[in-house]
Amino acid sequence: MTRAWTPQPSAPSPVVSTGVLGWMKKNLFSSVGNTLLTLLGLSILLVIIPPFVKWALVDATWLGNSRECCDEAAANGQFGACWTFVKVRMNMFLYGFYPEEHQWRVNFTMLALLFQALPILLPDLFNRAVRIAFNVLTAGTALLLFGPVPMVLIAAFALLPLLLGRLSISGRVPQVPFDGLGGLATRLGVAALAGLAGGALCSQLGGDPVASLVGVLTGLLLWILLQFPNVTAAAWRWILLFTAYPLLAYIMLMGDAFGLPMVETHYWGGLFLTLVVSVTGMGTALPIGILLALGRRSTLPVIRTVSIGFIEFARGVPLVSVLFMASVMFPLLLPEDVTFNKLLRALIGIAFFYAAYMAEVVRGGLQAIPAGQYEAAKALGWPYWRMMGKIILPQTLRLVIPGLANNFLSLLKDTTLVAVIGLFDLLGIAKAAMADADWLGFTKESYLFAAAIFWVMCFGMSRYFLYLEKKYHTSYH
Amino acid sequence: MTDMGDTSYDRPSAKRGGNLLNDARFRGWVSQAIVLALLVAGVSYGIFNIAQNLHKAGITTGFGFLFEPSGFDISQTLIPYTSQSTYADALLVGVLNTVLVSALGIFFSSFLGLFLGVVRLSPNWLVSRMAGAYTEMIRNVPLLLQILFWYLAILAPLPGPRQALDLGGVIYLCNRGLQIPWPHPLPGIGLTVATIIIAVALSVGLILWNRNRQRNTGKRVPAYLISLGIIIMLPTLAYLASGRPIQWDVPALKGFNFKGGITVLPELIALTLALTLYSATFIGEYIRAGIMAVNKGQTEAAHALGYRPGLTYRLIIIPQAMRVATPPLIGQYLTLVKNSSLAIVIGYPDLVHVFAGTALNQSGQSVEIITITMVIYLGLSMIISIFMNWYNNNVAMRGMQ
Repeated sequence: MTRAWTPQPSAPSPVVSTGVLGWMKKNLFSSVGNTLLTLLGLSILLVIIPPFVKWALVDATWLGNSRECCDEAAANGQFGACWTFVKVRMNMFLYGFYPEEHQWRVNFTMLALLFQALPILLPDLFNRAVRIAFNVLTAGTALLLFGPVPMVLIAAFALLPLLLGRLSISGRVPQVPFDGLGGLATRLGVAALAGLAGGALCSQLGGDPVASLVGVLTGLLLWILLQFPNVTAAAWRWILLFTAYPLLAYIMLMGDAFGLPMVETHYWGGLFLTLVVSVTGMGTALPIGILLALGRRSTLPVIRTVSIGFIEFARGVPLVSVLFMASVMFPLLLPEDVTFNKLLRALIGIAFFYAAYMAEVVRGGLQAIPAGQYEAAKALGWPYWRMMGKIILPQTLRLVIPGLANNFLSLLKDTTLVAVIGLFDLLGIAKAAMADADWLGFTKESYLFAAAIFWVMCFGMSRYFLYLEKKYHTSYH
Repeated sequence: MTDMGDTSYDRPSAKRGGNLLNDARFRGWVSQAIVLALLVAGVSYGIFNIAQNLHKAGITTGFGFLFEPSGFDISQTLIPYTSQSTYADALLVGVLNTVLVSALGIFFSSFLGLFLGVVRLSPNWLVSRMAGAYTEMIRNVPLLLQILFWYLAILAPLPGPRQALDLGGVIYLCNRGLQIPWPHPLPGIGLTVATIIIAVALSVGLILWNRNRQRNTGKRVPAYLISLGIIIMLPTLAYLASGRPIQWDVPALKGFNFKGGITVLPELIALTLALTLYSATFIGEYIRAGIMAVNKGQTEAAHALGYRPGLTYRLIIIPQAMRVATPPLIGQYLTLVKNSSLAIVIGYPDLVHVFAGTALNQSGQSVEIITITMVIYLGLSMIISIFMNWYNNNVAMRGMQ
């Protein structure tokens, strides 16, 4: 006769090694030293957080539109933050001195950038259906907020890359049928004619001051279409982002064309100026940096020497002194009658300064690409730029995402330095806000608000780059 | 498509000979010539314009202005300086102030950074999360904003000298800065100074002897503890024996301000504080990355050999972690020195503020002054990177240099 073996129910795990208690024992009170550390940490938190929460939230004044609200609260014994101050000045914080009736232009430019950049930045999210929905949504928003003409512009940015990409790939554009100097000259000639026509048309439509820029853009786009076969829609999106979008932003923000009144750059300020400086800085510093890195690794002695000299110089001096140099020396370097916009000087200074840092990051990546990649491209007889553009740089840029992220973050934070040469970016506005005679003594609120905005931008950007790093993480070994 | 017929799979741009445009060497020379020509043209155009503009403004170029009286005062001078002193003196004052704040920043941020890096890897959940939160919070806010915050929002609203915060009866904090006592040597201090030198020499000798002895025999004495004792005890004894030849100049409230001691300017405090807190987050991350890069087997091997955790950290992990962490640390120290130039926004008299600011406005010698400023920063960067590279070579893995 066999006896069935019935397993005993397992004993419950000890109370102190599982669940919340177990976790606390393991992570907070595992030894005497650990317990002391935990208590120390808790006491530090107790000293810092409750008073801060009380100041920033509980006792804070949110309502009202004048200083009296905050003074009243203080008289009642509530010595909290006065967020009314920030609320009243919100427009300044966002747009600086940009005239209120024209602020829609800033909004529109930012919306267009978001619309242009989002599908490029988050390619995973945008399949065909989402993209169409997104485009319709953005065009609708533009129509509702800004009117029909902006909607047409936004729609053009969505449709043009598709159209151009189709034309490039299917070869419906009659490619100039011969190579060498003659072909190049023909293509340049056709592009120049188109550019002249575009400029003239723009001039007719009331954009006289920007006609030359529009002409150059038209010519450039046509030349790219004629010169390079097989440019995809995605590539066209990048090309438009770096050519047509800056022109659009320039026309919208500066004005003086198509019936938009001119807004001089010394009216620009606040978060808007910070975004202008940082986006332009990132957009120009990276391409210049890549060129410098290639120059530094070049076999041509003159180009290598120039690149090394520039990189080492820019990395050895502080950005403040570069900005100083830009504001003191540029006027001296140019003839007397040529005046140079202060904002433009700052932009050039920041772009070239950060280009040197980007160059070093990219150089590190170039050195990490196995020699076999170069050799394979050369064995196929590929010329230098095609080898770099199609084989080496795509791998390099994936490798150096963390380094680039660091530099982009530093650049974003260092845009505050333009305050040193008298521009009113977000920090400059925060500092100027304190000088208002009606609102003396709200320094902390002003800075904490600016700090919070910067923190959100920087933290968001660092998370985004982490996502990119993960997305493009490829092992080459 | 013409000369190669239908067998061509490629675009015919690779055809040999004839076309100079397709010769890589020719293209190289042409592009270099173009770059060189553009560079020469740009530089000479700039120099021509500078010469013209300076001539029109009536400014004579040259470095002679350095030896003329500057005519302005500086709020913090480490060497004797009055408004009668020369521009060269002002330059030296500025350089010394930059060096002072950079050295303070490097010193404090290294300690705080090491602390943060180690704490962030601590098994204690709460403390490591706190270090992480601190790092993420501080390093995502611009340094300039932090400097201004400490200076304008924290230090400026402090009470005046009459209601100064009393920190232990000898140190006072008010809106004019931190008042601290300062030692004045009396005659007879020579003995103490000599003892300090002797004590240091003795300690170095002891440590070297101990290291040699351990290598040869395996026996060791706690040399670091003993030498610490020597360095503290001997000078103290000499100081007491020679009748305490130091007079402490203690700050005291006289009228509307403090007399005695020295004043640490609020600008210096704000700048040091902001530089330290900000740079420490980066240093902490480098240290953490360095420690995490050390193979776990190293810890286990040390434990298997019977090393205690503290000793494992000091003798096994940190030396290996420093190999990884040193190159980015060099970069961070260089960044800190360059960031000290942000002093200009709060008026701390550093090199940029004194020289590229005040002196430039006074003399108008912009080209010379900007050049000197840049050269000095390049020099400072070079000194730090030479020193740190020497250190890096010392800690780098043998056979991998």
